[in-house]
Amino acid sequence: MRNPPLLFLIITGFAVSAIAPYLYRLLKARFVWFGVAFPLALFASFMLKYPQVASGVPVRESWSWVPSLGLDLSFMLDGLSLTFAMLVTLIGAAVFLYASVYLRHYEEADRFFGFIGMFMTSMLGVVLSDNMLLLFLFWELTSISSFLLIGFNHHAATSRASALKALLVTGAGGLALLAGMLLLGSVTGSFEISSFYAMNDLITSHRLYPAIVALILVGAFTKSAQFPFHFWLPDAMAAPSPVSAYLHSATMVKAGIYLIARFNHEIGGTALWQDTILVAGATTMIFAGLLSYRQSDLKRLLAYSTLSVLGTLVMLLGIGSKLAIKAFFIYLIAHSLYKGTLFLVAGTLDHETGTRDVSKLGGLWKAMPVTAVTAALASFSMMGVIPLIGFIGKETLYKAVLEVQPWGRVLIVLAVASSAFLVVVTFLVGFRPFLGKPRPELQKVHDAPVAMLVGPFILALSGLLLGLFPDFFVGHLLEASAVSIISQRLGIEIELWHGFNLVLLLSFVTLLVGVGLYLLRSIALSRMENLHLPGLIKPSIWYEQALAGMLRFATWLTSLLQNGDLRRYLAVIILSALIPASLMLFSTGGFSVTLPADLSVTPYEVALAVIIVLATGLLLTSDSRLKAIVSMGVLGFGVGIIFIIYGAPDVALTTFAIETLNVILFVLVLAHLPKFTSRSRPTGRLRDGLIAASAGVFMTLTVLQVTSTDLSSRLKEYFGSASLPDGHGRNVVNVILVDFRALDTLGEITVLAIAAIGVFALLKLRTGKTD
Amino acid sequence: MNSLILSTSSRYLLVLLQLFSVFLLLRGHNEPGGGFAGGLVAAAAYALYFIANGVEEARRVFRFEPLTVVVAGLGVALVSTLPSILGGMNFMQSVWVKTGIPVIGKVGTPLLFDVGVYLLVLGITLKIVFSLAGEDEP
Repeated sequence: MRNPPLLFLIITGFAVSAIAPYLYRLLKARFVWFGVAFPLALFASFMLKYPQVASGVPVRESWSWVPSLGLDLSFMLDGLSLTFAMLVTLIGAAVFLYASVYLRHYEEADRFFGFIGMFMTSMLGVVLSDNMLLLFLFWELTSISSFLLIGFNHHAATSRASALKALLVTGAGGLALLAGMLLLGSVTGSFEISSFYAMNDLITSHRLYPAIVALILVGAFTKSAQFPFHFWLPDAMAAPSPVSAYLHSATMVKAGIYLIARFNHEIGGTALWQDTILVAGATTMIFAGLLSYRQSDLKRLLAYSTLSVLGTLVMLLGIGSKLAIKAFFIYLIAHSLYKGTLFLVAGTLDHETGTRDVSKLGGLWKAMPVTAVTAALASFSMMGVIPLIGFIGKETLYKAVLEVQPWGRVLIVLAVASSAFLVVVTFLVGFRPFLGKPRPELQKVHDAPVAMLVGPFILALSGLLLGLFPDFFVGHLLEASAVSIISQRLGIEIELWHGFNLVLLLSFVTLLVGVGLYLLRSIALSRMENLHLPGLIKPSIWYEQALAGMLRFATWLTSLLQNGDLRRYLAVIILSALIPASLMLFSTGGFSVTLPADLSVTPYEVALAVIIVLATGLLLTSDSRLKAIVSMGVLGFGVGIIFIIYGAPDVALTTFAIETLNVILFVLVLAHLPKFTSRSRPTGRLRDGLIAASAGVFMTLTVLQVTSTDLSSRLKEYFGSASLPDGHGRNVVNVILVDFRALDTLGEITVLAIAAIGVFALLKLRTGKTD
Repeated sequence: MNSLILSTSSRYLLVLLQLFSVFLLLRGHNEPGGGFAGGLVAAAAYALYFIANGVEEARRVFRFEPLTVVVAGLGVALVSTLPSILGGMNFMQSVWVKTGIPVIGKVGTPLLFDVGVYLLVLGITLKIVFSLAGEDEP
């Protein structure tokens, strides 16, 4: 199919992800071909659309989905989304290829590919959606797949805690985002992002504007781990390395940045918007740089440097000048390429040597030559060394920051300082493991299998190619993206060399400071060893406190409502139904009961009533459980017979079946219960009796009330007359259940299924079986 | 409980009750019955068999893991909604096959939905019965 619709790509993506686990089990080692073909096919489909997008005409399509909610399947592919889509699929290909070897010895590798495929498709959905609600849907799906992937090693408690942390932080942000989107929708009357293009004035002058900005930014900042929501990202490194490379550096954490860029044109341009993201970005940039300094785990080092870069990107959007958008664009691509590579390199090191501690690694360049070259290429890009794309990114960043009035001088110091910390990280991750004398304990190490080398190498090489021929590869995309973000073309070519100037000097200063910091690191670290930050200023402590508080509240509430005493449960259920219902009834005029005129009864009705009352009496006074169960069975069957007499055979049939099974279940439970003793005190019995009696009185009065009012409902006639012609059935009850009101039944049986799983889990819990 | 009479008769009763439960399921659209009642009767049949022959034997005769049956039931019920979605009608609007089938009668999505209810009720009840009964095992 030539140029398939975007919806088709998304649906295919989810469908392929759903069968990926089975394919993995089926194909085993050959899965690698499939794994790489899947993202590449998507990449190729986006390439087909490149000419149109590059010429400045976005691809648009729309299908109606839930029009009553304003939720349509509308997609738009413009410069910004195409850039993200190509990054997501290209890096996806490298990661799929890498992971199919990296995870070969993991027990549950099959489901990994389902998760990561779901993530890739959802991420594409985020960047392609034009409808805000649709975007939100995909946004949440990325959070969920991130949760599943961080917790992939679910046997480790730390993995699970980290996954939960990421989910709670991004999930809370997601709720804020949804609220912001709904407000925006109510202000503009539309959920299509592209329709806001002409509404900037309307939105920014609305009184709800500050709330919209705050809510949307909370969503974006949590996702992109901006200060003070940054703490989940370093912990997310519990995920396998391919996940860290893909989700937590190259793509998912950039979803928040994408969101800011996407909304920049529509709701930005005000001091509130620009200054907030500028300050948040700059803060994250410098603090993450500082925090990276004392890390020694390969992946945590990379995680903090990722945070710093995410901060830089947000700051550039806050600056918002043409030059800043250019810097944003180049920096974004450069970072995705080199950071993805370095995470995969870290994974390779971990995979081959068994450690991620930089102090234990060294001299591996002979044993792992390809990895060493790959790491060096990516590191040069990260440090901003000519002629890689990272160099252009840093040059443009400095230029854009220097332009800022009046805070340019402060910002440039911060930018240079945080870049210097990036240099330190680069030395530790990209060079130190490979340089120096070969270590005796790492003698037997060899390079990784080819499939784990190809992906990172190609990504690293792209960084070089993009650096050498920037305008050829990304020039058109930059122009088209600028239109998406600030709605004007830049008209600036991307060049590698700008001549000898202040910016080049600053690049040298950055490298020098970085090298200096690196050399001083061991001394500085020993000085800092006893330095502990007070908990009050650590957002991760706030998170833990909030979580602990919530759990305490839940425990308190549970012990109040569900203390393990069945009588309490029943009392709570009955009273919470009884009290509001009686208040309602009495406040609207009270009971007006007229007894039916015909009060004659037949002998068998009398007999039934006597049997039921006797059974109830026996139930209440019985001194053994068996007696109680049997009398309850009698009671139930008595009620069932009443149903028959009054012409409800369906209800009667069900009652009989239920009563029979009830007795069986009770007998089964019987054997496990402790000795039958009277545990209640007289006062407790009196209270329970009062509750039970009032429930009975209430039901009686309600029934009398209902039968004595003329319900002018046409439902009865409607169902009665429509059952046969429309529902093709003479049994009205059943036709209602499975046809007219089938949706209700569907809901009920779903609840039943969940309840069954609950019962099963409870029984397992009690016996302590773990199978 | 070891009763030869009960044990022997339960074998025949199992078959008869199962037939009866399917009968209830199929006639439900026109006469009293339906998936819910049918599922309960089928579950009661296995419960009787379990009382007579023990839980292991009942599990063996039932053959499926009850939770799988629950999932299958929910799945069948969901599948029965597909024709309405694919046909662009209101969600869960019924679709009938024009000509009926002998014995079964009219065939349509409501019947399929009722089959789902039947399986689900059967699975849930047996899951609870078997779990409770199997508790003594080590």
